[in-house]
Amino acid sequence: MEAFLATPVGVLALTVAQAMALLVPLLIGVAYLTWAERKVLAAMQLRKGPNVVGPFGLLQPFADAIKMLMKETIIPAGASRVLFILAPMITFMLAMLAWAVIPVNDGWAIADINVGILYLFAISSLGVYGIIIAGWASNSKYAFLGALRSAAQMVSYEVSMGFVIVTVLLCVGSLNLTEIVRAQADMWFIIPLFPMFVIMFISALAETNRAPFDLPEGESELVAGFFVEYSSMSFALFFLGEYANMILMSALITILFLGGWYAPFDIAPFTWIPGPMWFVFKICFCLFVFIWVRATFPRYRYDQLMRLGWKVFLPFSLVWLVITAAALKLFGWLPGAV
Amino acid sequence: MIAAAAFYLFAAVLIAAAVMVVTSRNPVHSVLFLILAFFNAAALFLLAGAEFLAMILVIVYVGAVAVLFLFVVMMLDVDFAKLREGFQRYAPVGGVVGAILLLELLLVFGTWQFASDAAGFRLNPAPAGVDNTRALGRILYTDFVWLFQLSGLILLVAMIGAIVLTLRGKTSTKRQDIAKQVARSGSVNLRQPALGAGLGAIGIERPPVEPPPGEKPRQVEHAGHGHDHGHGGHH
Repeated sequence: MEAFLATPVGVLALTVAQAMALLVPLLIGVAYLTWAERKVLAAMQLRKGPNVVGPFGLLQPFADAIKMLMKETIIPAGASRVLFILAPMITFMLAMLAWAVIPVNDGWAIADINVGILYLFAISSLGVYGIIIAGWASNSKYAFLGALRSAAQMVSYEVSMGFVIVTVLLCVGSLNLTEIVRAQADMWFIIPLFPMFVIMFISALAETNRAPFDLPEGESELVAGFFVEYSSMSFALFFLGEYANMILMSALITILFLGGWYAPFDIAPFTWIPGPMWFVFKICFCLFVFIWVRATFPRYRYDQLMRLGWKVFLPFSLVWLVITAAALKLFGWLPGAV
Repeated sequence: MIAAAAFYLFAAVLIAAAVMVVTSRNPVHSVLFLILAFFNAAALFLLAGAEFLAMILVIVYVGAVAVLFLFVVMMLDVDFAKLREGFQRYAPVGGVVGAILLLELLLVFGTWQFASDAAGFRLNPAPAGVDNTRALGRILYTDFVWLFQLSGLILLVAMIGAIVLTLRGKTSTKRQDIAKQVARSGSVNLRQPALGAGLGAIGIERPPVEPPPGEKPRQVEHAGHGHDHGHGGHH
């Protein structure tokens, strides 16, 4: 067995098995996130939510998936056919691709590369392409306006997100995701860097086009925004990609601020629960807040969104970065300092 | 073996994409091929062991620069077929310029001499024991920090220049001053009625009931219908 795993074929088989072990639970998680969102929103609005298909409506995601598959794929006249079909694939693929470097437990990452955080940042910054290409290829005014909004929004919020990541990296001294979590063994970064956690969370909302920043698909003015022309499976891919991105952003926040797989306190009842379970709990907590925010806040106006990104978050995160760097240097807490 | 095959694959796709950037008819397709070219260049960096440069190439060029590029190209209203009209007429001139450039490059390449220790540095981006992120950081932020700051300053000046050139204090557009709005008081008040009691509890009747002349103001029935107050506005 050991000898087989060392051969190229063995390595390939092992990687595929690892990817499957991660992607299958992830996709089931995505399916149930749609169910959970509807249930939580319903509870917050004093409704029942899906409760007909299966016990507690638990089979609703599968019913929805079957319905989607059965529908006709419509390609609008005048659309750029290849790009039109490619766009949802890009969105969905990128949402899956990023999971290759996420460490679920100490050493449990498919690829534990030493620039892991940059890889995640790169992949999340590519997410905008699926949306722009979809908007342009649809040959529709609403879709195009949605795509333009999305492009400006995602590029804007990436800047402050970059500064948040740099601040965390200063405290860690490594770009490796496993190292970032290990640096939080004693204290999660949410405690010393709480303002950055808030900025990161709000930027994650904007980056995933979630309410109150869901202007690219704002139905009151753009019908459905960039995916207005999509139907059937291509629409389903956008939908799944958005929810997979939500889970990905929650995982990123968990790794950067909530101590990854560590228990909140290193004492008996908390340490009985294994690390991956903690990781999943923390992701679920972030996702709950995502949904909670959606149920609570009205949609931002577009100029307010841009103002928040460029005039509030960017200066604030820059100042906090300088303060963090100065504090680390003054008190000699700089990791790896000689 | 696998590394060599991967190199040739990425290099071939890179060149093909670069050719398509120039030859494709639709400028949006050109930008998309440019993105493909960036990707393959990043893959080549990865093969050379420069993972930091590969990621930065994707983040900066693909994630930011090319997005803005695509943004502009999609918004342009230019008839590109018309721009290509003079191709036949300009082709000889372009060909001559290209031929001269090629000749010069060949001359330079013919007399090229490698430094004696250049081969040692090739494909060896970082000194032993240090990953290349750290090695680049040392060079940029420790050894050449003043030059680095200077280049940053030049970019800052260029940015300020661009903003000054384009910024005009328009008086015709409406602007929102958030601080002024928040500081305003008097015309709008925030009041907190008790939960479930409705607006009637704090003396607000909705819709405002105008008493008909010569009649006593009508008292709205409250008993048992506390929940109806929430809908007062919709009547």
